Amino acid sequence: MIGQLMNLKATELCLGLPGGPETVESPAKSAVGNKRGFSETVDLMLNLQSNKEGTVDLNNIAAAPKEKTLITDPAKPPAKAQVVGWPPVRNYRKNMMTQQKTTGSEEANSDKAGTGAALVKVSMDGAPYLRKVDLKMYKSYQDLSDALAKMFSSFTMGNYGAQGMIDFMNESKLMDLLNSSEYVPSYEDKDGDWMLVGDVPWEMFVESCKRLRIMKGSEAIGLAPRAMEKYCKNRS
Amino acid sequence: MPQDRPQMSEDDDGQSPPLDLRSAAIADPCSSSPNKSRNCIPSGAMTSQAFPDHVLENVLENVLQFLDSRSDRNAASLVCKSWWRVESLTRSEVFIGNCYALSPARLTQRFKRIRSLLLKGKPRFADFNLMPPDWGANFAPWVSTMAKAYPWLEKVDLKRMFVTDDDLALLADSFPGFKELILVCCEGFGTSGIAIVANKCRKLKVLDLIESEVSDDEVDWISCFPEDVTNLESLAFDCVEAPINFKALESLVGRSPFLKKLRLNRFVSLEELHRLLLGAPQLTSLGTGSFSHDNAPQSEQEPDYAAAFRACKSVVCLSGFRELMPEYLPAIFPVCANLTSLNFSYANVSPDMFKPIIHNCHKLQVFWALDSICDEGLLAVAATCKELRELRIFPFDPREDSEGPVSEVGLLAISEGCRNLESILYFCQRMTNAAVITMSENCPELTVFRLCIMGRHRPDHVTGKPMDEGFGAIVKNCKKLTRLAVSGLLTDQAFRYMGEYGKLIRTLSVAFAGDSDMALRHVLEGCPRLQKLEIRDSPFGDVALRSGMHRYYNMRFVWMSACRLSKGCCRDIARAMPNLVVEVIGSDDDEDNRDYVETLYMYRSLDGPRKDAPKFVTIL
Repeated sequence: MIGQLMNLKATELCLGLPGGPETVESPAKSAVGNKRGFSETVDLMLNLQSNKEGTVDLNNIAAAPKEKTLITDPAKPPAKAQVVGWPPVRNYRKNMMTQQKTTGSEEANSDKAGTGAALVKVSMDGAPYLRKVDLKMYKSYQDLSDALAKMFSSFTMGNYGAQGMIDFMNESKLMDLLNSSEYVPSYEDKDGDWMLVGDVPWEMFVESCKRLRIMKGSEAIGLAPRAMEKYCKNRS
Repeated sequence: MPQDRPQMSEDDDGQSPPLDLRSAAIADPCSSSPNKSRNCIPSGAMTSQAFPDHVLENVLENVLQFLDSRSDRNAASLVCKSWWRVESLTRSEVFIGNCYALSPARLTQRFKRIRSLLLKGKPRFADFNLMPPDWGANFAPWVSTMAKAYPWLEKVDLKRMFVTDDDLALLADSFPGFKELILVCCEGFGTSGIAIVANKCRKLKVLDLIESEVSDDEVDWISCFPEDVTNLESLAFDCVEAPINFKALESLVGRSPFLKKLRLNRFVSLEELHRLLLGAPQLTSLGTGSFSHDNAPQSEQEPDYAAAFRACKSVVCLSGFRELMPEYLPAIFPVCANLTSLNFSYANVSPDMFKPIIHNCHKLQVFWALDSICDEGLLAVAATCKELRELRIFPFDPREDSEGPVSEVGLLAISEGCRNLESILYFCQRMTNAAVITMSENCPELTVFRLCIMGRHRPDHVTGKPMDEGFGAIVKNCKKLTRLAVSGLLTDQAFRYMGEYGKLIRTLSVAFAGDSDMALRHVLEGCPRLQKLEIRDSPFGDVALRSGMHRYYNMRFVWMSACRLSKGCCRDIARAMPNLVVEVIGSDDDEDNRDYVETLYMYRSLDGPRKDAPKFVTIL
């Protein structure tokens, strides 16, 4: 049908740069009465978007259903690549529809822990809720310690953060700390072991920390020997 | 000579009955100037001799309390300095349409007794991935400034803002009387932040999370509400993509006697819904959750779902159906006759399932659905819902070349049957001018007309002509139109119509439309009320942009992406208009000589360009 032909041609998008060499109207397009002079935005926009950090997640979520359906429609001519953000349906709604279509139970709203963030959960014994921190936001143990102290200040009543970083070299001081009711931070590393925070260099910690738990010193005492062991091993 | 401001007494929240003159005078705790012996003012007498301004301001205070509408208040504040001052003191609710139009400090300096804040952040096109994440609209500076200035803050309503758990924690800590938190299309926080609010805001009445991205921190936030009777009136968490502790929820609902609105997420099954309904028959607004079984349906003793709905005599607003099992839909029959609002927009219902339901909904005023109900379903709506004011039809398959089960047939039917229609959002694959023209003639009450023909540049599918005449008829005949979104094949003519007839238009959305700069010029020169302009992928360039310079200070924002703008022109405009913030978003950083502007977002600002712009934003 002429109408459909017009549809296909008319919907090819051209985006012309002012005065640039790319502003070429292909004769085929203009023959069908397309008055526009854009070059295709499709690839341009998709490439730009996926090159930017952090947009990958969003585009993956939105793009996934499109990719699936592009393949499964043999009767029609190959569907054109979808334009970013068109039709204007919110991601939230698109994700809901995707879930219904695939009847999958995966979370469509994945965490923003895509490129670059190192999100770990932080729990504190006795607090009714968890928090999350992005370890990449901090440059040192002190930074992290200050942030955690602030986050949980209403629970610790000053019993955390004041003493600063744990001094692993001073064994007696360490033991005192672990015998007290002060809070100390511990973490679960890649191997699944719970360690005292501060035993490895900061960068190594960021790589291996999976989860944080702030516990009373007296409870952390079981961690100390292993912490000392690993500490010495890493230092030498 | 600076005058002390008359202060309202601490427990006057702006809604109390007017104070008489004497008590207003006595209630002033902060007057320090020795001239202000206002206690001597006899009640009723308007002595204008010694202290004319104080008397006037007192009277003014009592009068201005009654002004609710912000446009009235804005007008009042322009009368004179005295009125400005008093208005600033008596305003309790403030609306900020663009969070970057002013700094938080300016807000707290002008208004001293704010109880309620409505704040909007990102522009709407950010919803469609047209803006990289981390652009801004951070709630943090607002909450930290208000924490010190407004200890009596009660309500925060945010749209498209970036809110972190820390922000929520600060909010929960800083406002002991906090009552209402509404987050619409927000992101940046998770269930841990929600838990803090639930736990610490003891006076909480409203916790509404609407279409927001909430990260699952694996926190049982429902259990974090205080143990005793709550003040909850509205709890909406349908967008929270995380399982919830149903026992805790049941207990919470059981100890919330004032709860009227409850919107469940899809992790609440039909059986669980049934139990909740039996315990909360006073609900007026219900989001039904998944409306499906858990994985193991008990075929033996199936609960009587209809009975639960029958018990809810007050439900007038129904939504949810997130994972609908259509065979259970008839359970809602008992409430249909009372419904004024029905949201099926996450439910893939076929016309056959749908028609028996809608047949009972005579009182329906607001109806949202997927296009899976087809034209057939729309005919049924038109036949029954004579009171319909708002209709939204979303695409089940939101791709350009999908099937498209609704068309001009459905639109026509609605226009015939629902003459009181005020607002419509309609996604379709094919449309005709004739149907749109008919709607413009049949529905004179239309204030919002948003038609999205999903194929770009698609003409009238019967005549092959552009959609100019249809949209032209809308702007011409719908004299109350304030919001318009256009689509399909459109030439400059359509925009000529808009400029000529769209005198009340405040919001205009344009995509893949127009032929030349003239189109945009028509709009900028012809629409005096235009506030929000969002344009994408249209051939409008520098000439058009320059033609609107007389308007930009009177607008909230202009968005133009993938158009034909050059950096040079944008820079010129930025220079010529110092109170306009001109953001160019997303151009390649390493090609500085590239003059092309991918996205322009510009808005007026009282406090200059923002300091938190990310790297991909260039402020000219």
